[in-house]
Amino acid sequence: MALADLTFSRTLKQTNKRIPSFPRLDRAHVLPLVVPVTLIALWQFGSSTGFISDRIMPSPVAVTQAFWSEAASGDLGHNILVSAGRALAGLLVGGTIGFLLGIINGVSKLSEQLTDTTLQMVRTIPHLALIPLVILWFGIGEEAKLFLTSLGVLFPIYLNTYHGVRNVDRDLLEMGRIYGMSRWSLFRKVIFPGALPSIFVGLRYALGIMWLTLIVSESIAASSGLGYMANNAREFMMTDVVVLALVIYALLGKLADVIARRLEGWTLSWNAAYQK
Amino acid sequence: MSLHIHERPATSPSAITTNGATRPDAASTTTQAVSLHLRGVEKRFGDNQVLRGIDLDIEAGQFVAIVGKSGCGKSTLLRLLVGLDQHTGGEIAFRGEDGNPAKADARIVFQEPRLLPWFNVAKNVAVGLGEGVDKDEARTKALAALWEVHLRNKAEEWPSQLSGGQRQRVALARALVSRPGLLVLDEPLGALDALTRISMQTLIARVWRELGFTAVLVTHDVSEAVHLADRVIVLDEGRISLDLAIPQPHPRKHGDAELAELEGKLLAAILKDR
Ligand SMILES: Nc1ncnc2c1ncn2[C@@H]1O[C@H](COP(=O)(O)OP(=O)(O)O)[C@@H](O)[C@H]1O
Ligand SMILES: [Mg+2]
Repeated sequence: MALADLTFSRTLKQTNKRIPSFPRLDRAHVLPLVVPVTLIALWQFGSSTGFISDRIMPSPVAVTQAFWSEAASGDLGHNILVSAGRALAGLLVGGTIGFLLGIINGVSKLSEQLTDTTLQMVRTIPHLALIPLVILWFGIGEEAKLFLTSLGVLFPIYLNTYHGVRNVDRDLLEMGRIYGMSRWSLFRKVIFPGALPSIFVGLRYALGIMWLTLIVSESIAASSGLGYMANNAREFMMTDVVVLALVIYALLGKLADVIARRLEGWTLSWNAAYQK
Repeated sequence: MSLHIHERPATSPSAITTNGATRPDAASTTTQAVSLHLRGVEKRFGDNQVLRGIDLDIEAGQFVAIVGKSGCGKSTLLRLLVGLDQHTGGEIAFRGEDGNPAKADARIVFQEPRLLPWFNVAKNVAVGLGEGVDKDEARTKALAALWEVHLRNKAEEWPSQLSGGQRQRVALARALVSRPGLLVLDEPLGALDALTRISMQTLIARVWRELGFTAVLVTHDVSEAVHLADRVIVLDEGRISLDLAIPQPHPRKHGDAELAELEGKLLAAILKDR
């Protein structure tokens, strides 16, 4: 009996091993897709039966067709690249400034007392409210968009980096001191990795704000980019292209989030909360 | 974690194996133990005088346990010994085995292991070597120290994958990897369950016998103090109220009758005014 059990469980194990080589369609993968797929199906059904008017909302098929024609002309690829480039530039500039300020204020009492109150005040101004001023300062060129995106990205990164640094385990800091770590080692081995989970929270917030700011500033003044494409289409009543732009925003936003999560999972593999 | 008691004589040769590995050479380098000399040591925090004149001499290589009620200043005294705080009165001096004044190069183990969760076990131990050590050398030494605490096979794991007792053993390896002359332990086993604690006591006794450092252990467990130490000191409101030699030879058996008697004596001294 015991022997039979043993052989049985062994064959089970062997078959189990082979399963992952097939694409797995388990609950975890299927369930998140149920709602969007149903919505699209209903939407297509509503459009086909004339329940939803073309002028208000193009059908999914029409949006797909718009995708093919925009993609074929090369405009879509160009606009995506332009927008992504702007987004990354803003993230890089604003993210770096926010990160450095967060680290410095987290570590230095003097710097914190000098700048934190000011930063907290400026933070409460919605950065999009600065658009009129920014246009006066920079005109409607790339600088204006870079400025706005950087500003939007800066605060979530600053706040979360600062918070992360301030909340590094004091016992670990003392441990570093006991073992004679230099300031640089203390930063590299204790403070930065300790703050990293919080910095990632800031990054994910920042990604959302990055797209929002970019889209708004591109619809106001631009001659290329996704925001421009959507706004231009609106003037010509091309609802299919407008909706296409929305879909692409959603996909790019999701992509950015997936990349951030991957990065998170990879750098925080020590943390049980991020282990699969 | 499975209970794993490592009983073996101090003089066992390099034939001992753990997990099939022979003892690494780096582990056999011994320590320059220091002796401690405290004269009228005081420590106050504002108006709160915590240590009120401690006179204490500890021979190089001796194992001393400090017991006493909570809040009597045990941790404060240990922090002075390793230079984490400065005393406000009196003198603390260290001498080498030759009798000349020496640097302490003391290490401390706390109740919490204080491991870096983002470093694997081997890298955590290498932190104990301090700055500017060659990478390969650091790793060799870290692995040797892990071998000492029977965790050589966990070198690549994250601290979060270890049990509480194993984490504390990593902390011990980190403290010992630089071969300090003085090891100070502040309730190192306080957070562990009773069985893990017994196996850890055996482990601490063994590394102490093998490496020969001077050890000062604070514990709230009187039987632990009696089991491990050559000498137990009772601290009461910032003063030494009893200094009791434990003459039994090492290694000691748990449940020894003479030790139990000494334990009773100590408990009476600690609880006298209740
Ligand atoms: N950093 C500190 N600042 C002020 N008071 C302290 C500090 N550390 C310890 N104390 C005080 O010293 C006394 C002894 O504490 P401690 O040495 O931790 O006791 P224990 O014997 O339980 O280890 C306590 O009254 C505590 O409040
Ligand atoms: Mg204490």
